[in-house]
Amino acid sequence: MVDNRFDTRVSMRTPLARVKGLGASGHGVEHWWIHRVTAVSNIPLIIAFVIIVAALANSPSYQEAIAVISHPLVAIILILAVISVANHMRLGMQIVIEDYVHDKGYKIAALIANNFYAVIVAVACLYAILKVSLGRILL
Amino acid sequence: MAQFTLPKNSKYTEGKTWPKPAGASNIQEFRIYRWNPDDGANPRIDTYYIDRDDCGPMVLDALIWIKNNVDSTLVFRRSCREGICGSCAMNIMGKNTLACTLGIEDCESDSIKIYPLPHMPVLKDLVPDLTSFFAQHASIQPWLQTETAEPETEWRQTPEERSKLDGLYECILCACCTTSCPSYWWNGDRFLGPAALLQAYRWLIDSRDEATGERLDNLHDPFRLYRCHTIMNCANTCPKGLNPAKAIAEVKKMMVARAV
Repeated sequence: MVDNRFDTRVSMRTPLARVKGLGASGHGVEHWWIHRVTAVSNIPLIIAFVIIVAALANSPSYQEAIAVISHPLVAIILILAVISVANHMRLGMQIVIEDYVHDKGYKIAALIANNFYAVIVAVACLYAILKVSLGRILL
Repeated sequence: MAQFTLPKNSKYTEGKTWPKPAGASNIQEFRIYRWNPDDGANPRIDTYYIDRDDCGPMVLDALIWIKNNVDSTLVFRRSCREGICGSCAMNIMGKNTLACTLGIEDCESDSIKIYPLPHMPVLKDLVPDLTSFFAQHASIQPWLQTETAEPETEWRQTPEERSKLDGLYECILCACCTTSCPSYWWNGDRFLGPAALLQAYRWLIDSRDEATGERLDNLHDPFRLYRCHTIMNCANTCPKGLNPAKAIAEVKKMMVARAV
């Protein structure tokens, strides 16, 4: 969006009318709060995630990987980590887009792409975890 | 996208070098942004020399000396010359501050560079257009709002309640903080900026005010309030030593307090 706040050739609205614009949207606190909550939950979940991945890197075979991840606690931690991290990523990226992308069309497209990307990545991760975790049953 | 380079007509060129004061031994150089809306030319940087022995100690004194003795066309705002009116806010040596409270000595430079406040439309030379800045201040309704019948005398406040306004009421609306904020640079049309938000908090925290909820409603917006990413340029640059970033953080805490 072109900044024409001061351009009286474009608009003769008063400065106050331009500042007030369409009014306060009445949201934003949920975004801010969940961004903080996921930041906190990311700390233990990512530490656990790193430990689990390190343990997996040690196991020589796929069977052993199945054995580790099919443990309910491990699978649940991995699932929680994916949900928390993907959400945090989506919220953070939305802030970056809102900060820097001002063209209306590009902004809407970027916001949609951001949401799609986060959901696709999260679902792909969850599918992989479930497949390995439930591998023993499904085999 | 956000604009990271200057538009073509804003790129500045080398300007005029004005003669050194005759017979002066203690000379200080100034490089000052000049732009005239009437001549159609790009902005330029003029070089001036002042006689320190004939000039007061502050940067504002130097600007007045230049206007009186060298170049009467140099345009800048000034009024109180003691840091209470906020008129002479400008970018001196890369930092927004008041020319009247910054000593020439404290610039510690052979060549003191002075520009108008960043990222605002320039009216002429060192004078920015602050119309939108003041409209944003007005939009937070910076006055006491009550429904209870007015008391015979003043609205009463405990000393503790009054002390909550310290660090907030001192703001002189010089715009140093708001124009130093990258979030304001990119989204100044929708983000209210640190000065207006500090004032919003000054009324939110006022124990006498009865419109706290309506005030929060008015700020509850991803752009009006939540463009603040705690960059802290505002607190860094404030010539009055205030901390708008902390005030904004308190507003965010109030938002959460009524939501969870």
